[in-house]
Amino acid sequence: MAILVTEKTRVVVQGITGSQGAFHTGLMKEYMDNFVVAGVTPGKGGQDLEGTPVYNSVAEAVKEQQVNTSVIFVPPPFAADAILEAVDAELDLVICITEGIPVLDMMKVKHAMKDSKTRLIGPNCPGVITPGIGKIGIMPADIHMPGKIGIISRSGTLTYEAVDQITKAGLGESTCVGIGGDPINGTQHIDVVKMFAEDPQTEGIVLIGEIGGDAEEQAALWIKENYDKPVVGFIAGLTAPPGKRMGHAGAIVGGGDRTGAEKVQYLKDCGIKMVQSPSDIGEAMKSFFS
Amino acid sequence: MLIHEYQARDLFREYGIPVTEGKVFESLEGVEEYATELGQCVVKAQVHAGGRGKGGGVKFAPTVEKAIEHATNILGMQLITHQTTAEGCKGNKILLCPGLDIAKEYYLALTIDRATQCPFIIASTEGGMDIEEVAESTPEKITKIKVDPSAGCWAYHGRKVADALGFEGKQARIVAAVAQNLYKMFIEKDCSIVEINPLVVTEDNEIYAIDGKVNFDSNALYRQKDIVELRDPLEEEPLEVEASEHDLAYIKLDGNVACMVNGAGLAMATMDMIQISGGSPANFLDVGGTATPARVEQAFRILLKDPNVEGILINVFGGIVRCDLVAEGVIEAVKNIGNIEQPIVIRLSGTNSTEGKKLLAESDLTFETADSLNEAAAKIVAAVKK
Repeated sequence: MAILVTEKTRVVVQGITGSQGAFHTGLMKEYMDNFVVAGVTPGKGGQDLEGTPVYNSVAEAVKEQQVNTSVIFVPPPFAADAILEAVDAELDLVICITEGIPVLDMMKVKHAMKDSKTRLIGPNCPGVITPGIGKIGIMPADIHMPGKIGIISRSGTLTYEAVDQITKAGLGESTCVGIGGDPINGTQHIDVVKMFAEDPQTEGIVLIGEIGGDAEEQAALWIKENYDKPVVGFIAGLTAPPGKRMGHAGAIVGGGDRTGAEKVQYLKDCGIKMVQSPSDIGEAMKSFFS
Repeated sequence: MLIHEYQARDLFREYGIPVTEGKVFESLEGVEEYATELGQCVVKAQVHAGGRGKGGGVKFAPTVEKAIEHATNILGMQLITHQTTAEGCKGNKILLCPGLDIAKEYYLALTIDRATQCPFIIASTEGGMDIEEVAESTPEKITKIKVDPSAGCWAYHGRKVADALGFEGKQARIVAAVAQNLYKMFIEKDCSIVEINPLVVTEDNEIYAIDGKVNFDSNALYRQKDIVELRDPLEEEPLEVEASEHDLAYIKLDGNVACMVNGAGLAMATMDMIQISGGSPANFLDVGGTATPARVEQAFRILLKDPNVEGILINVFGGIVRCDLVAEGVIEAVKNIGNIEQPIVIRLSGTNSTEGKKLLAESDLTFETADSLNEAAAKIVAAVKK
C-alpha cells in the first residue's frame, strides 16, 4: 500500500516551465505514465509542456485535472508563496524541492498551515518515491525496487546510498521520504515513522538523521514506545565542529542540543540499530530478515 | 552572516535601542582626540569571534595615555579566543566608547526555537557572561518568552521581559521597548540571532545596550542589500569566500584529508568516516547536484590551496549527476591543474558508475578507486599515513 504517494496521486508541478521543473517533469513522467497531469507557472497558462497542460494557478489545475499533490521547483524568493497557494487550493500533499528559502518565510508558512489539511514535505528535500507507483522529486529512479522497507532521511544523496543497499539486499522499499535539511520543515521524522507504522507493506524502517535539533530523538522515543519492527539508524555529522553550518542549515548543533555522539546513544537506547557508516545500512537491515 | 559589534550598535540605534556613543578607528589617527573627549573609555577589538575580553581584546582606559596604549596594542595584536583558530585573528579595527560606571548587567536575545518553530525572547539577569554556561549551571536564571510569529511581539511580551529581569517604573518601560524593538529588527532584517550582552544599568540609572552580536539568515540576503554591504571579507576564511563565489558549499577544517562529495548529508558522513578510519578531514565540500567538469575543477583548485592537504577523497553517488561526467571532470581537472602530488581515492556509485570507473582506469592518471565509502576512507587514510 505504501504511504504518501499512491495510485490515487495526481501531481501538479509548480514552476514547470523553469529549467529544473521542466527537466524533472520529464524524468517523473518517464518513471510513471499519467502521474504528472498538470503544471503551473503564473502567466504561462495555456501552454503545453511536452503533453502536460500548463495553468496559471494551482486552483485551476485542481479544477481542470483534479490534482491532489504538488511538487515545487520555483526559486527561493517565490517558494513560500507557491507553498501557500497549494495549501489554499486544499491539496493533500505539497512537496517542496527548493533549497535556500529564508527561515522567516518558512516560519510564516508553517503557522499559516496550522489548521489546513495539507501535508508539506521539505523544503530543501529530494522528494518522495513509492517504487513502482510513482516518483515525485529529483531522486534517481533506477536504484529503487518495490519492497518492504520505509526510508526517512533529511539528506538526498544519503537516502540514495541507503536505497541502493536496501535494493541490493533484496528487500526493496515501500516508500522513501526525504524530509529536507532545513531547520523549519513541513514534516518531521516522527510524522513519517507514524505513517510507516500504519502501513501494512512496511516491515522495517531506515531512519537517517543529522546533527542538530532533536527531531530524530522524538521519532526514536515514539519508536521505543510504539513500534516493534526493525529500525536501522544513521546520524551524519558526528565530527562537524560546533557552530559551523555544514551545507544544510539544520545541521548545526545549537544551545541545548545533544552532541552527535549523544544523539546516537539516545537512538541506541530507544532500540534502534545504529550503524557507524552509511555503507553498513543494507547489511544491518538484512540481518533482521535472514 | 555575522557583522561587527559597531555595526550591530548602528542597527540598534536605527531601531531605537539605546546605545552609547562610539567611534571606529583603523589606525591611531584621531584616537587621542576622541579619547580626550570621552574621558575614561573602553577600547574594543572589532572581530567576529566571541571571547574578546578574555583574549585581551577589550580594555578599560581610565586616562588618555592608557587609551592610546591599549589602542596601539589591540590594533597590532593577533587575538586568540576560544572561537578563533590557534594562531588567532587580527583586529583591523577598534571601537572606542565611553567607560560607564555599571551598576548591573543583563542579557537579552532573540532566536528561533526549532521545536516550536517560533521566535523566542531570551532574558537573563546574568549579563556579561557566557550565556551557554549560565544555561548549563543556573537554568533558573534564564527566562524564555515565546512569540507567535503571526501575531507578532506585543507590549505585554515587553512587560514580561522587564518583569523577568526585575525592572520597575520608567526602567521597565524602557526595557520593554528594547525587547519589542529588538523583535522588530529581528524580523525586518531576517536575523537568525540577535543578542545584547550586556544590557546595562549605569550608576546613574541609564540603560544601554553595550555589546551586540547579530547573525543573519544567509538564505535571506538577497532581500537585505544594506546588510550585505556590512560584510567584512577580512573576517572570513579566504577559501570559503572563493568557494562561495563559485557557488560551492565549502568549509575549511583543520585536518589533512580533503574531500569532495555531492550532497551535504553524504559530505558529512564522508568526513565522519575519514575520522573513524583514523584520519582527519580538511574540509566540508558539497559540489551539489550539478557536478559539471568545470565545477569539479574549481572545487579541486580550492581544495589544493589548503596547504595542510595530504590526500584527496572524492565520493560521488550519482543520481541526476552522472558518474561518467564526474569522472571526465576529475580527469580534465587533474590534467589542467597538473602535477598533483597528493594521493587521490575516488569512489563512484550510482548512475553510470561503471562507465565512470572505466574512464578513470583508461586515463593515464594515478587514482585509487573504491567501491564503498568505508573502503574509500580506509584507503585514503592509509595513503596519507605512508
